[in-house]
Amino acid sequence: MIQEKVAQATASGESPMLLSLRNVGKVFSNGVTALSQVDLAIREGDFLSLLGPSGCGKSTALRLIAGLSTPTSGQLDWRGSIDRSNIGFVFQEPTLLPWASVFDNVWLPLRLKGVSRAEAKPAVMEMLSRVHLTGFENAVPRELSGGMKMRVSIARAMVTKPRILLMDEPFAALDEITRFKLNNDLLELWQDERFTVVFVTHSVFESVFLSSRVVVMAARPGRVFGELAVDAPYPRDEVFRTSPDYAALCRQASDVLVNAINSTAGPHHDGH
Amino acid sequence: MTAIEDTALKLDPEEARRVRQERLERIGKWVLPLAIMVLAIWLWDRICVWNGIPQYILPRPGVVLQTLHDDAPLLFSSLLVTLRITFLSLLLAVIGGVGLAVLFAQSKWVEMSFFPFAIVLQVTPIVAIFPLINIYINNQTTKLLLCAWIVAFFPILSNTTLGLNSVDRNLRDLFKLNGATRWQQLRYLRLPAAMPYFLGGLKIAGGLSLIGAVVAEFVAGAQGQSSGLASRIIEAGYRLNAPRLFAALILISLTGILIFLVLSLVSHLILRRWHESALKQER
Repeated sequence: MIQEKVAQATASGESPMLLSLRNVGKVFSNGVTALSQVDLAIREGDFLSLLGPSGCGKSTALRLIAGLSTPTSGQLDWRGSIDRSNIGFVFQEPTLLPWASVFDNVWLPLRLKGVSRAEAKPAVMEMLSRVHLTGFENAVPRELSGGMKMRVSIARAMVTKPRILLMDEPFAALDEITRFKLNNDLLELWQDERFTVVFVTHSVFESVFLSSRVVVMAARPGRVFGELAVDAPYPRDEVFRTSPDYAALCRQASDVLVNAINSTAGPHHDGH
Repeated sequence: MTAIEDTALKLDPEEARRVRQERLERIGKWVLPLAIMVLAIWLWDRICVWNGIPQYILPRPGVVLQTLHDDAPLLFSSLLVTLRITFLSLLLAVIGGVGLAVLFAQSKWVEMSFFPFAIVLQVTPIVAIFPLINIYINNQTTKLLLCAWIVAFFPILSNTTLGLNSVDRNLRDLFKLNGATRWQQLRYLRLPAAMPYFLGGLKIAGGLSLIGAVVAEFVAGAQGQSSGLASRIIEAGYRLNAPRLFAALILISLTGILIFLVLSLVSHLILRRWHESALKQER
């Protein structure tokens, strides 16, 4: 029931605005225009994917949202006040502290806020069980598989209960079986907690499977090319993954992406 | 490992050969160097005998061993003097090297401004600096310490600086995202990340502090001011007491080896759970 509500709310756009990017541009000191005139509205509870070829500025957009970088032009408007503790970030690599145990890695964001090990323990253990890593709290990252490391990374991002989770191609380096598993688990987590996700990917299939909205970006300069609402209801599972609906949605998204890529293959392309 | 041995009987010839090879290598790693060492000592002894070389030019190994035993009180009290300088200077090198590296890591400007001084200290031969130190510093121990420190601190400084600066960019962003203070970033991220580099520097510095101590004693000893092992060597050289000279030399070598082994062990114990360098190779 909760899931249906989430799906309805996000699909119909009823939920309140969380963040809007207005006319945002980013030019690097080497003259590369990473983003140009990006308008993007992110609503509370959205699972929004940024889909696009490499060089389309999707990672740059994510870093701007995270506050790791500042826009050259335009602005980001947060609804209400948001500080960095409301933002969770999952990098392309697991990015764990190799010398620290799984527990200590997940504890880190809380530790940096002055929460002691004992105080943090319930939250950390709960998060570890949510990502199915109970029993691994004393392992160090090198003892884990790629997928498990990514789970630790997600647990670490979520342990502060952020309002928005930013994910930068988190599963790109994983094998397909592991990726599917993590996709399912991420959706489960999202449906339970109803946080907002911005998910960067260059996989059409992944973006359609996960998202309520897919925003397709084009490169040179990086810009928003088109948007696709994925109306399929949650929970989505393996049945959805093999359904004709899913295939049709992937087809749509793929068409937009192809157009986005072709739109770049003009004179801009030769210029760089 | 055990899995391989358990199934050894069922292995195909190629795998069996590999297992045999591994076992041989494990044994050979210890036996081979020892055998060569024994052979070399035996050859040394034979050369003395065959050529009738007098003891004051090249003593036989047995004589050296005997001297080591007979002169033990004298040699070991000298060794203690040398060891004291070595360890104190290594300690100071760690404090100074890490302290400066942390300072450098706070700002690129500080590093750019002061690193050249460290290099100047490093590249100028200590023997050439010593006469100056001799003029400016009266205290004997301080003199030797300063010398040994100048020789030993650089590898720690340069390695630790490198380590503090080679933190994964994403991890740095992660700390930034979570509002980490400068101190938290140093404590929880940069210092642990620099640990393998620091330990590498420490291993080099351990040997260098011994060399620094001995060289400093040599220079000081030439002026009759030292009682360390180096001065025993000089003394023995003047008196054509080659056996004692060799005995002192062996003591210094063994000390160096021991320092290296201890520091390697420390490094292994600290890094064994997470760092590539300390991990057993897995196939």
